[in-house]
Amino acid sequence: MSLLCKNLAKPVRDGIGCQNPILRQSLGICSALAVTGYVATTLVMGCALLFVASLSTLAVSLLRKVTPFRVRLIVQMLIISTFVILVHLFLRARFFDMSRALGPYVGLIITNCLILGRCEGYAMRNGPVASFLDGLGSAAGYALVLLAISLIREPLGHGTLLGHSVAPAGFRPAMVIGAAPGAFIAMGVVVWVVRAIWPETEPAQHPEASR
Amino acid sequence: MIEQGSMGGLAVIFLAAILTNNILMSKFLGMCSFIAISRNMRTALGMGVAVTFVTFCTAVLNHGVYYGVLVPGAPLCAADLTYLMFLVFIMVIAGFVQLVEMVVERFMPVLYYNFGIFLPLITVNCAILGVNLLMIDPERRFGLPETAAYGLGSGLGWLMAICLMAGIRERLAHSDVPKPLQGLGITIIITGLMAMAFLGFGGVVDL
Repeated sequence: MSLLCKNLAKPVRDGIGCQNPILRQSLGICSALAVTGYVATTLVMGCALLFVASLSTLAVSLLRKVTPFRVRLIVQMLIISTFVILVHLFLRARFFDMSRALGPYVGLIITNCLILGRCEGYAMRNGPVASFLDGLGSAAGYALVLLAISLIREPLGHGTLLGHSVAPAGFRPAMVIGAAPGAFIAMGVVVWVVRAIWPETEPAQHPEASR
Repeated sequence: MIEQGSMGGLAVIFLAAILTNNILMSKFLGMCSFIAISRNMRTALGMGVAVTFVTFCTAVLNHGVYYGVLVPGAPLCAADLTYLMFLVFIMVIAGFVQLVEMVVERFMPVLYYNFGIFLPLITVNCAILGVNLLMIDPERRFGLPETAAYGLGSGLGWLMAICLMAGIRERLAHSDVPKPLQGLGITIIITGLMAMAFLGFGGVVDL
């Protein structure tokens, strides 16, 4: 039983750690930069990605035996876009301000290469439960990196955290951190720090070796 | 404010799409292929040209599809199909890319040999879907000429950014970058510095 739990937890742990989509595989960077100006938009984007990634990998895995090989990319795109439309309509109906703040970036989850990468690279060859957990893990790893970047950017760039003022009196927000260049630099620094603390292990070696 | 349909307005949109509202530097779109393919100038140029062409054509196509079919009361279908926007747009892009690939392979083999490998990658380049979606603004209702100018400008802006980056990275190959910063880290930080330089254009033209 404990072995089963361990096997099921592995895709989730890998997605967050040694196969983190942003830090290790450079996937899904566009939206990672665009929504991290505020912690609130980042959280919504993270939840949206968890939903779309886990259910898309589940659906792709369930349909993998009946999907003709030549049209598999189109099928995957269709599945992903369906879930993205659900998220988009839900946000528009319930959280209209948030939907406006995210703008086109909700729609751009379709072209987030993290999801297509997991569908094509994992879900096409594995069972539904494992694929679901794999999508969940990758999206969780993605969301955590986004959260780290936004926790740097919102206090420095706007002097707030989740909309509450946290800056000491007389603090002048650094405009450039809130603007586009700050996103690139904050992300570069996060990548640098993480790779310096946990150096990249060769994926060819078996990942359990260090434990 | 931009005057709809005037030549001056179109020039403003075109220049804004290249300089102040650069799709990569200010909207972060197309980062994945930007990082993966900017290692040398030749491939960067090939990818840039392919992206420019597809962005321009699909922006015009999808604008036509949106106002011709999807909006409520459109000439071809009166029902409100706007909720299908994402699905239809990505299918139009994928279909167009496939078509271009087939035409180029059949009639221009030399061009296919040089640029062909980039075409399948373009479908998942978020710069293209991004430009398509940005031009569907329910409040501003950009017309077809504005969409064409924005699509062409954005493509050229992306081409310029990836070529600049390829030039920098060709020189960077000889420099001593700390190991954890190599690859993704240094590329993103350099992009940030480039974006800062692009901020200097702020206010020259505005979209």
